[in-house]
Amino acid sequence: MTTVDDTAPATVAAPSRSKDRPLRRELGVANAFSHSFLVLWAAMTLLPLAWMFLSSLKSNSEILADPWGLPGALRFDNWTRAWTKAHIGQYFLNSAVVVAGSLTLTMLLGAAAAYVFARYEFRGRQVVYYLFVGGMMFPVFLALVPLFFVVRNAGLFGTWTGLILVYAAYSLPFTVFFLTAFFRTLPTSVAEAALIDGCGHFRLFFRVMLPMARPGLISVGIFNFLSHWNQFLLPQVLMQGDESKWVLAQGLNALAVNQGYAGDYAQLFAGLAIAVLPVLVVYVAFQRQIQAGLTAGQLK
Amino acid sequence: MRHGRYPLIVSFLLPPLVLYGVFVLSPYLQAFQISTTDWLGYSAQADPVGMANFRTLLHDGYVWNALKNNAILLALVPVLTIALGLFFATMLTMGGRKGRAGVSGVRGTSIYRLVYFFPQVLSVVIIALLWKEIYHPNSGLLNGTLRALGLPAPTWLGDPRFAFWCVLAVMVWSNVGFYVVLFGAAMQAIPRDIYEAVMLDGASRAVMLRKITIPLLWDTVQVAWIYLAIAALDGFILVQLMTNGGPNFSSDVIGMRMYDTAFGSETKFGYASAIGVVMFFLTLSVAVLALRAARRDRIEYS
Repeated sequence: MTTVDDTAPATVAAPSRSKDRPLRRELGVANAFSHSFLVLWAAMTLLPLAWMFLSSLKSNSEILADPWGLPGALRFDNWTRAWTKAHIGQYFLNSAVVVAGSLTLTMLLGAAAAYVFARYEFRGRQVVYYLFVGGMMFPVFLALVPLFFVVRNAGLFGTWTGLILVYAAYSLPFTVFFLTAFFRTLPTSVAEAALIDGCGHFRLFFRVMLPMARPGLISVGIFNFLSHWNQFLLPQVLMQGDESKWVLAQGLNALAVNQGYAGDYAQLFAGLAIAVLPVLVVYVAFQRQIQAGLTAGQLK
Repeated sequence: MRHGRYPLIVSFLLPPLVLYGVFVLSPYLQAFQISTTDWLGYSAQADPVGMANFRTLLHDGYVWNALKNNAILLALVPVLTIALGLFFATMLTMGGRKGRAGVSGVRGTSIYRLVYFFPQVLSVVIIALLWKEIYHPNSGLLNGTLRALGLPAPTWLGDPRFAFWCVLAVMVWSNVGFYVVLFGAAMQAIPRDIYEAVMLDGASRAVMLRKITIPLLWDTVQVAWIYLAIAALDGFILVQLMTNGGPNFSSDVIGMRMYDTAFGSETKFGYASAIGVVMFFLTLSVAVLALRAARRDRIEYS
């Protein structure tokens, strides 16, 4: 776990004036040179997104005529069309329902299992732990075919319940791995004191340990939220057929396929913009937590 | 005090274990078994054929073609992403002017981080669809720019010479920002005094990067390499949504092969599982090799 402290170095740059001028000029040139690369990459990241938002407000003929052109009028009806006619609104809601379920389940089961692995001794603990965490090593592709049939035989094919259970199952290895390490770092004295005071094991977990593990839960929660929200492969295999139950990623893909036939570029851009906008808002608001949450998993 | 211990262990461990066993463990184990059958989809009929699927694989030109593309991704994506990530992270954490404070980042570091990292939170589906439009031969941003500059405007994803490289570029584009932040965080953990000491000794920035930053960052770079290598063996969503493996299989990847074999026009589940098994062993060996290779280099430095 490393928290990213990214504002500190930017502010300490207080150049000393007038001394060592030639050195400073030389550095200035190097700086301008490398700074231009930074600006270039920033432009390469921002331009596609800005272009997408801009195109979502243009008419189809404007899009085809000049990719760089500004919209003659702001056509928000593209957005309305994508939201209602292409059912992006519906898919958005579906994704929210599925992710709400899968995230809750993942965090609940993951925290419970991790807590037991971290704090209780029992026979076979190591074996079970590695069996569990070993799931991180496997590519999902390997499981795809049998998973299709497992889900179908369980009567969960094409259902949100099926997606929720599968998302949670595939997120458990990393969640347990991460949270076990986190629970181990928490001091044992608090738990011991609580037990001596007559606190039961269940109460201890929910009232003492879970609140103490909050930073770890938030990190892994952000990680899981994004991976569930952005999931495409699993719904594509397990949620074929009934269009009304599709998740957002599937809806966007259908929109793109449809664009190929109908040539409605504006609607596709509007659909993409609708999908990006909330992510952008949440990202800007919680930038530090999100960056820390996502990188924490890799720095372990 | 021991009272209530085992109820907790059982009730906390059993549900996650059942879920994991049913949806993760059992499919993985079944995949190995299915890969040795000639199971053709929705009938229950599946006869064991031993290693026949794997022998077919050896002579399957499409699989080899896809593997070749994955090999190129494997060779280029981690290197390019890590190089760019290190470069930008260095600029952002210590590219600033020499002031009294010693080493510092350029102005606007936090803004750059904010921007660079953003593709990481976007769904790969959005990235793929957006870039497909950017590469669009007529109305795309790229060709719009090229035409404005009076340059030739190729068909990019429609051209077998370019399609694969276009996908590769998007893969790098979408990953760099994450590693800028990851490396940046690791760089900030390096004590400033080290840099100030070698700066007094007159070391240049390039020397500092090569002799101090990278060796001290080696663990992080190694982890980055493994993650990127595993990502390079996948690339399925980008390929499926941007080019569908084409034109003429020029941008095919192994995940695409597997998916098409299982859920495409034909449902050769046995054969698809065999491809899945191959992917599993490839992923495993790449991870192990990356760990090995990185560890040897590390000894040289220390």
